[in-house]
Amino acid sequence: MRDEALRAMQASIVNGAPETAAVLAQDALTAGFEPLDAINLGFVPGMHAVGEQFAQHTLFLPDMMASAEAMRAAMQVLEPELRKRGGERPNAGTVVLGTTKGDIHEIGKTLVGTLLTAHGFKVHDLGVDVASDVFVANILKTGADVVGISALLTTTMRGQKSVIEAIERAGLRARVKVIVGGAPVSRRWAEEIGADGYGQDAASAVELVKGLMHQGVHAG
Amino acid sequence: MRPNLAVLDVSLIDRILQEAFSLLMNPGVKVGTIEAAELLSSGGARLENGVAHIPEWVARRALQSVPREFYLYDRGGHAAVHYGGDDVHFDPGSSCLSILDPDTLRPRLAQSRDLVRLIQVAEVLPQYAAQSTAVVCNDVPSEIGDLYRLFLVLWYSHKPVVTGAFSTSTLQAMIDLLVADSGGGEALKWKPRAIFDVCPSPPLNWTDFAAHNLVVLARAGIPAELISMPLAGATGPVTLAGSIVQHAAETISGIAIHQLASPGAPVVWGGAPAIFDMRSGGTPMGAIETVMLDIACAQVGKSLGLPTHTYLVASDSKLADAQAGMESSISAVLGTLAGINMISGAGMLDALACHSIEKLVLDAEVIASAQRMVAGIGTPTETLATSMFAQVGLQGEFLKLKETRQLFRGEQHFPSSVIDRSTRPEGEGEVQGDAFSRARERVQELLASYSELEFPGQTRSRLQESVSRAAERAGLVTLPGIPVNELQRMQGSAAI
Ligand code: B12
Repeated sequence: MRDEALRAMQASIVNGAPETAAVLAQDALTAGFEPLDAINLGFVPGMHAVGEQFAQHTLFLPDMMASAEAMRAAMQVLEPELRKRGGERPNAGTVVLGTTKGDIHEIGKTLVGTLLTAHGFKVHDLGVDVASDVFVANILKTGADVVGISALLTTTMRGQKSVIEAIERAGLRARVKVIVGGAPVSRRWAEEIGADGYGQDAASAVELVKGLMHQGVHAG
Repeated sequence: MRPNLAVLDVSLIDRILQEAFSLLMNPGVKVGTIEAAELLSSGGARLENGVAHIPEWVARRALQSVPREFYLYDRGGHAAVHYGGDDVHFDPGSSCLSILDPDTLRPRLAQSRDLVRLIQVAEVLPQYAAQSTAVVCNDVPSEIGDLYRLFLVLWYSHKPVVTGAFSTSTLQAMIDLLVADSGGGEALKWKPRAIFDVCPSPPLNWTDFAAHNLVVLARAGIPAELISMPLAGATGPVTLAGSIVQHAAETISGIAIHQLASPGAPVVWGGAPAIFDMRSGGTPMGAIETVMLDIACAQVGKSLGLPTHTYLVASDSKLADAQAGMESSISAVLGTLAGINMISGAGMLDALACHSIEKLVLDAEVIASAQRMVAGIGTPTETLATSMFAQVGLQGEFLKLKETRQLFRGEQHFPSSVIDRSTRPEGEGEVQGDAFSRARERVQELLASYSELEFPGQTRSRLQESVSRAAERAGLVTLPGIPVNELQRMQGSAAI
């Protein structure tokens, strides 16, 4: 019974079915599941399966979007219950994300955000054309562990450096890891401007953030 | 006859336009500057929270005032590019981040000297009717990266230029350069040398940067090329038909802003629509669906009688390899058949991110073939075949006929040394090199054949003066890409 329910939860994520996921989350609570069990043993494995199938090219980006949506629907039901019981939603880390000032390219940045969300990170996407002080304000507001700065133009790449400088001025540099990406950005540039990491695509961005969170925990 | 390609029938074009007009009303179009919003509102659109709802009659009136054709001029003042009708021209792709190093076969950041070489090669290849500001030079401060490219093109080329600004602040400096080049604002307006690409942001958003530049260009009378780029499935409907509607709505709204700012100013129905790759999230420019989109969007513009542009002949491959050859050839031929006035993209790899001079040389070959194709099958002789047979009978010695000698140059296009048509006696050892290595050699030959251009009067001093102001502000002490002795010589002659 229990295994069957967990399998159904997993399937609702893989199938990208938000309504089903929400109903199953509610059913789980009614049936006496611990919310954390439903999350960790039911829905999260679904997301892992999605990640794997995406890597194997059997699932595509629209499928991934639907799965992330289903995950959100399940969490919406489970999270309040979790909080009531004094628990916390498992959060792999908090990431603030945005494209630099003067740059309106958003697709790559949004993709990075989606994949991070799918892997359990709390993502605050600030959108495009984001000024340095807006990055700083949101790092403060969200207590971000990582800030991701995207730039697609050679002219706006420098904005990544400006954001890092603003973070330093605000005295937050030790508290937050900075990662950068975008077509003109390279590992060398990331090192030059003192970023903590560079991600070539959305999948490597996830690995990067995971690695940095790991480091952060050990360093802290 | 000129062979023609259409991918939409009349009734589908009608539906596309109908839905495009309906999108302009609802949801309407975001407009990023107060100036552009007020222009639209003065023309009859309704404004609400930065969104313009544009009635069909407002849009149609704007479409009416667009010039049906115009020319770009070379430095000698000759009409070199005809925007209008079925004429087709090509220019190298624009604004790449990197250049493919032909020795290491890896992309590296482009330097001024790379752009200079690229300009020189494009200058001597007749397949390219126009230059483009093809790469951003990494040895130039990025804040003047866009305008410095234009400076180098104007310095090294006589051809018209397809260009674009990356921000509002650099556009004026780029216009100043063109004014310096033409010898005055009126001269530039009268005989424009360059056209500027301006991109709306999909879906249906003329950002402050794009809206501002559009209005500035319209008022200066400098041609603008609207590059709407819905990405089917991501920033536009997943269906090709749906994205074609969005492209039409974005382009028509741009034309409305532009024509309200200056009725009759030259503007082009351009574009670079693409599908969105559902695996990588990339924008595959070499995909056949991208080619279909580009051709269809241009066809909608042609149905309105407007000059057209699109992005083709670009590849997603990272090397100038067989994939690049396939993708670029298909789109070059189809785009030419579709009669699109300006086709940008030759030389480009990696979804518009990387340029290759060798690929530019290879692409010139397929462009020449495509041009031969649309020249069509002619009938230069009174009888098609019988009178020639009357002369040679069944002996069949056509090689000796005077018609053969007279007409073969018109009948056949002769490719350059890049194309291997040698007849190799069997068993005579290894093939010597592939097309890429022949292209590498040809780049050297072409560079050697480029000779310094003659410049009328004070053109180069004016260009130098114009760029120096911006360069100094950005902290440049030399002008990368221009030999120091050349500058010294000019300063010497200016002192006299
Ligand atoms: C689509 C596109 C547009 C669309 C953007 C639509 C949108 N809503 O985002 C539109 C049409 C609006 C556009 C506009 C312009 N564009 Co544009 N655009 C592109 C194009 C073709 C693809 C970008 C893209 O979305 N790729 C797909 C995504 C998935 O890839 P990605 O962005 O690289 O992101 C991946 C990685 O880089 C990484 N990543 C990205 N961000 C981050 C962040 C972090 C933290 C990490 C870890 C990783 C990471 O992961 C992502 C997912 O895998 C590129 C060419 C290219 N191949 O990059 C040109 C390109 C970037 N654009 C270019 C230009 C010139 C412009 C314009 C200035 C054109 C003009 N004259 O108006 C304007 C920009 C205006 C402005 N001020 O911003 C040039 C840049 C030139 C230069 N040297 O800087 C390019 C290279 C094309 C070209 N050759 O002309 N553009």
